[in-house]
Amino acid sequence: MSAVNLQVKDAADARLAADSLAEQEMFRRPSEWRIFWEAFRQDRLAVGAAAVIALVCLASLLAPVLSPYDPTVGDNSLRLAPMGTPGHILGLDGQGRDILSRLLWGGRVSLIIALLPVAVASIVSVFLGLVAGFFGGKVDMVIMRALDVFFAFPAVLLAVAIAGVLGPGMLNVMLSLTIVLIPYISRVAYMATVTVKNELFVDQARVSGARPRQILFHHILPNTLSPVIVYGSTLVGIMIVLGAGLSFLGLGITPPRPDWGIMCSDGRNFLSVAPHVSAVPGVVLIIVAMSFNIVGDGLRDALDPKLRK
Amino acid sequence: MLKYLVYRVATIVPVLLGVSIVVFLMMKLIPGDPAEAILGPAATTEKIEMVRKSLGLDQPFYVQYVRWLWKVVHGDFGTSIAVNVPVAQLVWPKFWNTVLLTIGSLVVCMIVGLGVGIVSGTRQYSWFDRISMSLTLVVANTPAFWLGLILMVVLALRLGWFPATGMYSMRASEKTVGDLIHHMVLPAITTGAVSAAIIARLVRSSFLDVIRKHYITALRAKGLAERDIILRHGMKNALPPIINIVGLQVGYLMGGALFTEVVFSWPGIGLQIYSSIVARDLPVVQAAVLVTTFVFVLVNLSTDIVVAALDPRIRRA
Amino acid sequence: MTMAAAAPALLEVEDLHTEFHVKNKLIRAVNGVSFSLRRGEILGIAGESGAGKSVTCLSILRLVPNPGRIVKGRIRFAGEDLLGKSEKQMRDLRGQTVSMVFEDPLNSLDPAFKVGDLIGEALTLHKGLGKREARKKAGELLRLVGIPDPDRRLDSYPHELSGGMQQRVMIAIALSCDPALLIADNPTTALDVTIQIQILDLVKQLRDRLGMGVLWITHDLGVVAKLCDRVVIMYAGEVMEEGDVYGVLKRPRHPYTRRLIEALPKLGRPEQRLMPIEGRPPDPANLPMGCPFAPRCYKAQPACGEHDVPLVGTDNGGAVRCLFPET
Repeated sequence: MSAVNLQVKDAADARLAADSLAEQEMFRRPSEWRIFWEAFRQDRLAVGAAAVIALVCLASLLAPVLSPYDPTVGDNSLRLAPMGTPGHILGLDGQGRDILSRLLWGGRVSLIIALLPVAVASIVSVFLGLVAGFFGGKVDMVIMRALDVFFAFPAVLLAVAIAGVLGPGMLNVMLSLTIVLIPYISRVAYMATVTVKNELFVDQARVSGARPRQILFHHILPNTLSPVIVYGSTLVGIMIVLGAGLSFLGLGITPPRPDWGIMCSDGRNFLSVAPHVSAVPGVVLIIVAMSFNIVGDGLRDALDPKLRK
Repeated sequence: MLKYLVYRVATIVPVLLGVSIVVFLMMKLIPGDPAEAILGPAATTEKIEMVRKSLGLDQPFYVQYVRWLWKVVHGDFGTSIAVNVPVAQLVWPKFWNTVLLTIGSLVVCMIVGLGVGIVSGTRQYSWFDRISMSLTLVVANTPAFWLGLILMVVLALRLGWFPATGMYSMRASEKTVGDLIHHMVLPAITTGAVSAAIIARLVRSSFLDVIRKHYITALRAKGLAERDIILRHGMKNALPPIINIVGLQVGYLMGGALFTEVVFSWPGIGLQIYSSIVARDLPVVQAAVLVTTFVFVLVNLSTDIVVAALDPRIRRA
Repeated sequence: MTMAAAAPALLEVEDLHTEFHVKNKLIRAVNGVSFSLRRGEILGIAGESGAGKSVTCLSILRLVPNPGRIVKGRIRFAGEDLLGKSEKQMRDLRGQTVSMVFEDPLNSLDPAFKVGDLIGEALTLHKGLGKREARKKAGELLRLVGIPDPDRRLDSYPHELSGGMQQRVMIAIALSCDPALLIADNPTTALDVTIQIQILDLVKQLRDRLGMGVLWITHDLGVVAKLCDRVVIMYAGEVMEEGDVYGVLKRPRHPYTRRLIEALPKLGRPEQRLMPIEGRPPDPANLPMGCPFAPRCYKAQPACGEHDVPLVGTDNGGAVRCLFPET
């Protein structure tokens, strides 16, 4: 704000000066995205977690290049060698396969099993939530009641049952997870849609003659996307763990392709002599799941207008 | 309150019906013909047709569904393909074993979760708060099956303090409660740990939320002591979301118990589902999922009613 | 003018300073506020949002929320030093001798409790009344504050009442133990005008009947005109002007007061344009030197920004903090 204004002689002058100042302020206001980005940037924990995720994704992506050994070929002489064995920093498993290599290659599977279902389920859910929330009435009832039925199942049980019924294989695991996720994300999208729909500015848009589709896309969709994105990030963390669980039970990908869940299961027989075979992939699971969780929290805090001021 | 009760009970009927339809359809979606599965690859077409007829598979879907539902309501879940006994006989005892484990896990997760949550909530930013929030973050993201394996390695295999598998000692001639509890400790901790972490975080934030509300300042202005405010007003308002999540955790516990049961070979319904999936014994899977979900729905109904009793604003809907 | 004219001071606030330490910033919410209130008098504290009015009230009851602290000043109630009392003594005072009513009635009443229980709670706590007696007295209080069908209303929950009724309930709670001082923080802003007037009339009647002192916070000078005997005008945590209502509103001395009055829409003069005060109040973490209103003041001179301006008595019993007051 300006210092003491000596030139102002009376109220009218003051008003002019203040008006032009206000105008300048208006043009200097940053856009929504910048506000969000600034807020997120300041949350150092979230940024750190995002970096971890990026690192892990990159490492898995570059598995063919980074992996020191073939993850499916074992060296029998070094079976169950502990961590720190020369040439095998994370040790070897029951079939003499290098654990680090299996982690890198396994990351591809475990990450995709978590990311893809959340992405696909989000798209379907946003659609369902928007339609049910926006049109209301019978459409709302039918869609939400149908989803309520799926809500009635304990999620883990449903995932195991569907994956079990469909049979092993990566696609079946992802399908099962997607089906389990849809009711949860839909509900979030639905509530966001209904909330926004009832906000005054949508009424205003209607009154000014905007067509329903315009209202849907320009106003409701953006406001529905942010809670879905926040929720989705947290869900990815949960899916990493659940996906690994399904693989642990043998309901996931078929060997010899590794993934982090199968690696834990492989080590079960050697727990007393070589616990690192199961322990190490678990630690990786924890770190990655935690990172998604933290990022999800960070996104939520950064997008919340109340917390920004 | 009564009106709300009636309304809520009425709404679960269509949900349960829907659940039964989903479970029924799930089984129908399995690739392959059940008759062929029973008879094996060498069966002739006539034999397959016969078995299909006897299984009622030649009827349209909705007829099959009604028949199946009728039997289920009367407790007849069919016969296990793998073991050739009535499924009900297989499933019910296992179900109660899981209930036992769930109760043990609930005890763990409620005590730890509530305790840590309340202490953290009332002492925000203290060292206890910071440590417990970091710890709960890690535990909340820990796979139950992995935690089970680690606990098994350290506390059972290495230190020998607890048994590694099973519900009772094989050697004991009599099944004592002490033996049962001894066997339950590791599985209960494994299953309850993740829920405890989630509940601790939730209790803490629910508390902090309530403490910031304007009516808390108004109550202080009335001259009430802080302790009375927290116990009488704070709890009553913080409880509903906590109870909600506890109800959902029961669902997780019943589902998550599956991993624990597999790791510790606890003879519950989760282990049964798992072995039946492996053996492709689908009537058992069907029955087990149905029973577990039914109980889950009832538990959620109960928590909803308790929450409505505590928070009068909910009863309006 | 009122019976309060000759009564001794009930509440004396002297040079109160309350600050908040938030994330390396020092927010000076109250900077040297002084005023006094006599028994039976209705004193208004008026000013824009953020002027420090609410924090002043909370400071009196020592309820300033955590990163905030009273760092300087004296607060005396009925001759006793409030800042020197123990927490237990303050608790005895709160709700019993000094009561407070808040701005947002829906959020200031515990939604999980029935109205009758909320009123009864203070009675049980301070007067030791049993459940049945407390309930009876609560019913009488509801009647006193003008709630129709009071006995049935005792079993209502806050969200079942209209805004006006909720505020009456808050007043009932505040009056339950016959306080000598009622502090009201903007209790009528959330209500519509007709209800607002009813509440103001109610408070006036209660003051006439019960003889308590009332400290009424508002940013609406219309309310001050209707309700208060004396008024204190606050800006950026400081007292800019004070005096009896008639004098201050008819002949404001401080330029800020004058602008506040001019900003009020006046009935019967439709051709007049609305005149808001330009600019915004200063950031309490970054207060300018000298008079805080100077950046927005049409009479400002260089001297205004150099030193803190003292509060000086006026010829009609009031006081003004300005180097160039109106005459």
